[in-house]
Amino acid sequence: MATRTAEAAAQDRTPVGGGNQEEGTPIPFQERYLKAYRSSILARQLEEKLASLYRAGKIVGGVYMGRGQESFSASLASCLDRERHDIFGPLIRDMAGRLAFGEPLLDAPRTYFGSAEGPMHGRDGNVHRGRPREGMPAMISHLGSMISVVCGMLLARKFRGQAGAVGASCIGDGGTSTGACHEALNLAGVEKLPLVLAVANNHYAYSTPCSRQYACGDLVERAAGYGFTGHSVDGTDLAACLEVFDRAVGAARAGEGPQMVVGSLLRLSGHGEHDDSSYITQEDRDAPYGRDCLRVARAQLLEKGWASESELERWDHEITDEVDAAIATAQKESGPDPLKESWHALATERLNEGFYDE
Amino acid sequence: MSITYLEAIREAQAKALAEDPRVYIYGQDVGRFGGAFKATKNLAEEYPGRVIDAPISEDAMIGTAIGAAIEGMRPIVEMQFADFSSIAFNQIINQAATHYWRTGVPCPFVVRLPSGGNEGSGPFHSQCMESLYSHYPGLVVLTPATVEDAYTMLLEALTIDDPVIYCEHKFLYYHLKADGLPNSSLPIGKARVARAGVHATLVTYSAMLHESLRAARELEQEGWDIEVVDLRSARPIDTDTILASVARTGRLLCVGESFPWGGLTAEVVARICAEGFHLLDAPPLRLNAKDTPIPYHPNLWRSHRPTSSSISATLRKLLRA
Repeated sequence: MATRTAEAAAQDRTPVGGGNQEEGTPIPFQERYLKAYRSSILARQLEEKLASLYRAGKIVGGVYMGRGQESFSASLASCLDRERHDIFGPLIRDMAGRLAFGEPLLDAPRTYFGSAEGPMHGRDGNVHRGRPREGMPAMISHLGSMISVVCGMLLARKFRGQAGAVGASCIGDGGTSTGACHEALNLAGVEKLPLVLAVANNHYAYSTPCSRQYACGDLVERAAGYGFTGHSVDGTDLAACLEVFDRAVGAARAGEGPQMVVGSLLRLSGHGEHDDSSYITQEDRDAPYGRDCLRVARAQLLEKGWASESELERWDHEITDEVDAAIATAQKESGPDPLKESWHALATERLNEGFYDE
Repeated sequence: MSITYLEAIREAQAKALAEDPRVYIYGQDVGRFGGAFKATKNLAEEYPGRVIDAPISEDAMIGTAIGAAIEGMRPIVEMQFADFSSIAFNQIINQAATHYWRTGVPCPFVVRLPSGGNEGSGPFHSQCMESLYSHYPGLVVLTPATVEDAYTMLLEALTIDDPVIYCEHKFLYYHLKADGLPNSSLPIGKARVARAGVHATLVTYSAMLHESLRAARELEQEGWDIEVVDLRSARPIDTDTILASVARTGRLLCVGESFPWGGLTAEVVARICAEGFHLLDAPPLRLNAKDTPIPYHPNLWRSHRPTSSSISATLRKLLRA
């Protein structure tokens, strides 16, 4: 892996994951694995840095981590293909997936700092960022409501005759309880959309355990009710996640209808950095789903002979440099100027009412 | 050839489908059935694959419109009744209305809300939602009162790069007729003086325009000449046209069919007080529906919403002040 500067990464519009090779030529598993792993390490290091900046009072609002969910998120995005107009609809804990899909590394720190240079220009912050014109809708806080947006993006592709595009949407165990989630999944089933829903069952919605969230045995049981094909995977196992998402994305692309992938894993952080997550039980931490997915991935890399200890260490250092450069760049940038702000919410300028305009 | 308000809405959609490949219609029963009120009659046959029955999922209907809109389509979503848009409230106000502001990417689509009451429609099939949606930045809210406006404003709505809440009034669907469809009209955002007068300004919109014009004719018998302003759009409000009228008359009554607490009529009165206090010869008045849910029985329903007689009574009070 070559060392890249943050600026180079920011300008990089080509997908890290997926493939830009000729149609029908699958990316070798090893290559895809390494990309997903790299995105995961990048996400872990970036979020740890953002968390320490939050604790130091340098970031307002909150910092929300994907710790423990990186492999699941990055492997989904690594199976998507932007050349084929695929869509990645991330949620709170999908930094790794965002990076694997091709979100510039600078987008996250710029949005956390509220930089005027960022994709949200300081008008929205933290995980509420996106590049809607590049297949990455910008999430709102209301859980479940992004799934139908991805459905609509897929409908638009259908109208335009862009066959073969897949849309992925991410949700957690808590988000599956919303009416919006139910409506969107039912609609995706009715419209037979090539949607892949990734359910990261991290066992807690803020402090609420699964037993207070749903009464079915396993969330994957819901797939059949929506006309989805259901898949279950150990969300801490990068190799297994890649295999399952590869199958699910392939099936959606082949016209086999919507797919639901439920990954079992544990949120290895608080809901946000303000939360010490003391309510997470020792039993959960000791469970197989409580493993740190990055440790699992490192062991797999060594076992498969795809990297040596020293290479893994070198990659860590390279990524640290990249993250430090991105943070330094974003931190130097100015925030938005309220005096230069238009305070107009409509795109149609003549219809803005201009309250308090000078 | 005579054409109704409802047919004008149907014709505008047919024209949009014919001329703009980005337009499609999504809503419950809008396909072969032609819609609960037949606003999409025969459109599914004429435009195969572009007039699509939706499951009963208002939230997801708007969510898909948002997704398609940011991808460059121009969806029309038909709510079967305006009342049911409450299920999609989150998508409309939090997702659609904030999208351009947050991302710089426009989110243009039109939600059609069959609004307002008829006898026997009750609390859940009669609501007027314009005051509620107008509160949120990032939305355009239209309230056409005439056959001509129903047609031209729907067509213009589909050219606007923002989410548009199009409040069409069910009471006008069959009652209101015109001789034909216009080719041009006032642009969205401009109010229209529907009746010139000198003694008081009556600002109103949608079905209340017709009750107001009846009231103005009634007061004409008593020697009063009432100016009636049709707002046409609830957001934006054409404050300049109202101010100019109040400058001529010195008195203001604002009539709306939504509930009395806050809302569009209050906003109009607040603006005129703030910007045209010196023009007023008497305290401005508002008249809205009563402050209860909308009743079922015709006796109660007819008293709940403003009518020409309650408007006339309020006008007399305003003119005596």
